[in-house]
Amino acid sequence: MTGALRVLEHNLIVYRRTWKGSVFMSFVSPILFLAAMGFGLGGLISHGPVRTVDGLSYLVFLAPGLLVATAMQSGFVETTFPIMARIQWERTYEGMLATPLRVLDVLAGEFGWLALRLGLGSVAFFLIMVLFGTVHSVLGLVAVLVAVLTGLAFAAPILAWTATRRTTESFALIGRFLITPLFLLGGVFFPIHQLPQVVQGIAWLTPLAHGVALARSLSVGVLAPSAAIHLAVLLAYAAIGIGAARITLERRLVT
Amino acid sequence: MRMIGCVSTASGGTLRVLGMDPVADGPRIRARLGVVPQSDTLDTELLVDENIFTYARYFGIRREVARRRAEELLDFVQLRDRAHDRVELLSGGMKRRLTIARALVNEPELLLLDEPTTGLDPQARHLVWDRLYRLKQQGVTIVLTTHYMDEAEQLCDRLVVMDKAKIVAFGSPRSLIDRYSSREVLELRFAIDATPALDKLDGLADRIEALPDRVLLYTNDGEGAADAVHSRGLRPESTLVRRSTLEDVFLRLTGRSLVE
Repeated sequence: MTGALRVLEHNLIVYRRTWKGSVFMSFVSPILFLAAMGFGLGGLISHGPVRTVDGLSYLVFLAPGLLVATAMQSGFVETTFPIMARIQWERTYEGMLATPLRVLDVLAGEFGWLALRLGLGSVAFFLIMVLFGTVHSVLGLVAVLVAVLTGLAFAAPILAWTATRRTTESFALIGRFLITPLFLLGGVFFPIHQLPQVVQGIAWLTPLAHGVALARSLSVGVLAPSAAIHLAVLLAYAAIGIGAARITLERRLVT
Repeated sequence: MRMIGCVSTASGGTLRVLGMDPVADGPRIRARLGVVPQSDTLDTELLVDENIFTYARYFGIRREVARRRAEELLDFVQLRDRAHDRVELLSGGMKRRLTIARALVNEPELLLLDEPTTGLDPQARHLVWDRLYRLKQQGVTIVLTTHYMDEAEQLCDRLVVMDKAKIVAFGSPRSLIDRYSSREVLELRFAIDATPALDKLDGLADRIEALPDRVLLYTNDGEGAADAVHSRGLRPESTLVRRSTLEDVFLRLTGRSLVE
């Protein structure tokens, strides 16, 4: 446990110098989306024939989706190139493992740090949501945790994958064929049930749809029995991913 | 080296480091080791002094102690004025010194160095040698690998010559020279195509070695052998008498053909 804290402290020292760059990605960009889509597109919808999406104003519908999708994107970005650098290019982990730290400490530190980062970003975005009046219940606060968990549900398996790679080509493919399509079709901008049956099925296989559905119902104060399923899927992805990452990173760094 | 550093498991035999089993006690052993790997693993996301500070933290050293050690160690490797620079801005020799400083942060009992001066300019090499010699004087056990025989001669009390993963000789630099080479070496260089038949040099040395560009005579009396060469009517373009070195030992033991 203390080993993980040392790794976390390392990341904090690095972050002191690099935080400015990451603020845009994890904060400014989702707010731009919220403003453009929520007010722009939302304005059109509110004057149209249906006026609402699944019974919610478009802004209220959209905001929790963006909260969770942003965490997904951060989880992806943070576990591809930066982890590759620490494994292979800068060999930071090799330096760490020449000390009492173990692979497990490194992983716990990285995931702990990531959870903290996702938490900070999500809290900041959540405050904007409150400001825009899209949070209708105290339960909405829990949506922040859902976002963190969704981020980890992507980050853990992706890190496990990164640890097996020697080149970076697959990272762009993950972005293009998994993250971006999910962002667009995973229930963030419009309800999944509008999609063809097959695509719906695929969407529900991924953590994003579950994270978005859960965060959305929480932000309007609804806690349906389906929440347990959503939570279980997210936890399963995160847990299996962490287990896999432990195996692949150990294989990569300790021979 | 990786096995002693407890990041690779032994492929055979038994290994004990500081009396402990690397498989069972990896973290406890590593807490008392300093490791300087073949290529630097400095943290380029951190500044020079932060590299030592965070490394100290990995060992669980308290923050104020870590800060103080970072300063002391930067003094020790003469990098104090670069403390707040980015690592990429350092030269190769500076990075090497920083790696050594970082490896010393836990005051290790055993320091592992994998080719510590490969690729460094002469000034930087001598500085590294000087610092390693001081550590040796302070009682730190140093295990180093090197391809530079002068480095081995300078720093090692005991050395092991390895060839194709086998130990071919073992001893102090002096004893290896005594055992595998002569006291002196006479180097003769002849004009191209004028190298005499080796039998003309018969009996002038303990061992004679003909290379494409010169002939080496291993003998205890280089000057005497040179005189004898001249008295046999041979006229080399140049003659050089030098002391035998570990390099002679190494080449004799492992051969002159390239090891790829």
